Amino acid sequence: MIVAALAFYLFAFVTVASAVMVISARNPVHSVLFLILAFFNSAGLFVLLGAEFLAMILVVVYVGAVAVLFMFVVMMLDINFVALRQGFLQYLPIGALIGLILLVELLVVVGGWSLAPGASLSVVAPRPLPDQVTNTHALGELIYTHYVYLFQAAGVVLLVAMIGAIVLTHRRRDNVRKQDIGAQLRRSTSSVELRKVETGKGL
Amino acid sequence: MVEFLNDYLYPTLWIVAKIIAIVLPLMIAMAYLTYVERKVIGAIQMRRGPNVVGPFGLLQPLADGLKLFTKETIVPFGANRVVFIMAPCLTFILAMVAWAVIPFDEGMVLADINVGILYLFAISSLGVYGILMAGWASNSIYAFLGALRSAAQMVSYEVSMGFVIITVLLLAGSLNLTEIVLAQRKIWFVIPLLPMAVIFFISTLAETNRHPFDLPEAEAELVAGYNVEYSAMTFALFFLGEYMNMILMSGMTTVLFLGGWLPPFDVAPFNWIPGPVWLALKISAVLFVFLWVRASLPRYRYDQLMRLGWKVFLPVSLAAVVIVGGAVVAFDLRPGS
Repeated sequence: MIVAALAFYLFAFVTVASAVMVISARNPVHSVLFLILAFFNSAGLFVLLGAEFLAMILVVVYVGAVAVLFMFVVMMLDINFVALRQGFLQYLPIGALIGLILLVELLVVVGGWSLAPGASLSVVAPRPLPDQVTNTHALGELIYTHYVYLFQAAGVVLLVAMIGAIVLTHRRRDNVRKQDIGAQLRRSTSSVELRKVETGKGL
Repeated sequence: MVEFLNDYLYPTLWIVAKIIAIVLPLMIAMAYLTYVERKVIGAIQMRRGPNVVGPFGLLQPLADGLKLFTKETIVPFGANRVVFIMAPCLTFILAMVAWAVIPFDEGMVLADINVGILYLFAISSLGVYGILMAGWASNSIYAFLGALRSAAQMVSYEVSMGFVIITVLLLAGSLNLTEIVLAQRKIWFVIPLLPMAVIFFISTLAETNRHPFDLPEAEAELVAGYNVEYSAMTFALFFLGEYMNMILMSGMTTVLFLGGWLPPFDVAPFNWIPGPVWLALKISAVLFVFLWVRASLPRYRYDQLMRLGWKVFLPVSLAAVVIVGGAVVAFDLRPGS
């Protein structure tokens, strides 16, 4: 038990510390690296909770894909750090407001956990029992049977967002030279001569 | 005190011993993979390959290691020191950490976790950070271009790799690597899923930045790509990390498609040979294909690489998920039900 507690405090401390570093680091690339560290330690917390599937998905999706894109963008940007700092006080009130709203919403979620009648029950007696099925089975059963329509709806929302992104950024360009692989493969071989080269001899 | 020893110290020591038992052979395999690569390519190009240091040149990896060890580590003036040093360490560590879940025989695995395949997938998707960090921290255009290429390439091929893994999971019915191997008792998955195995292998070539997809370090365009500015041990860590990743990816291919430690036929002369030997043999066979490909194929152009990943592999593997899923339901192949 002591080891688990120590691990929890380690992960929790590093998560919070790196989250602070994300917003206070001078260099945006360092910020992204600290963000990755925060993701990692959250995954560690998930593992401690016994939510191994979520932990791995967190690493695969957020660290392996989302943060790579962040890193990509941040590295490519030519940022003037001095100019970036100048508007800090000007934007502080609105930033603080957004932070406050997020904090309140988080508190509401935590409050809802204890206020809602069904929620506390499912904490005490979770259905499918965690010691009988693995994480992955339990999640699959919930998502694909009980909540299948909601799950599909979420998928459709993502699809619409994806199509929207493509429509917004796609523009037709003229005089683009494209390689037509099919045409190349259909080309007759008369312009090329195939020769069987004997081993050790050369042409 | 005795309780402390029994509860914490001895289990920890036992785990450390197991880790050493995995890491030590791996290190040797990695060192000799560099030697075998040079020998194989030499044979394909009708040269001798390394043959001066020791009998048949067998001590060449040691000599190379010693040389790299005694060289000076240079950190460029404009480099971001911490990230610059961290990048090769990260690459190497990630390549090692993944071995924790690879089963060498039934029950012979360091951590038999339920989501083993996801763990492997997660670790292999992290490999991109070592390269990105190296390219950025070097503060050099060549390194940066190499890193960007590598990142785009690895992210692209991971998508189809994920789908291929799903088709295997559909047949195996578990995310645990031991279970996946045991599900191949009747037939190795390479036979029903041959196209997927081919796609997976080509994707691992792209994931490890090996020929013909070694654009991140294309000598003709980028000098040495992301590791231009690295020297001595920092370079060695990158170099060995790449070879370690090759072994790991071959291990993954073996576990997913070639039946892991299982013998090809469960009859007398084959099942006398212990499982780890079979695993090593299969990994070596896959590694040989890695080297073979390197010696015989020219490098892809970057747009061809992206086309192959997004326009060929992604639709094919996505369709395969649907087809395999449909077949599993239609013919009631669901494992364990």
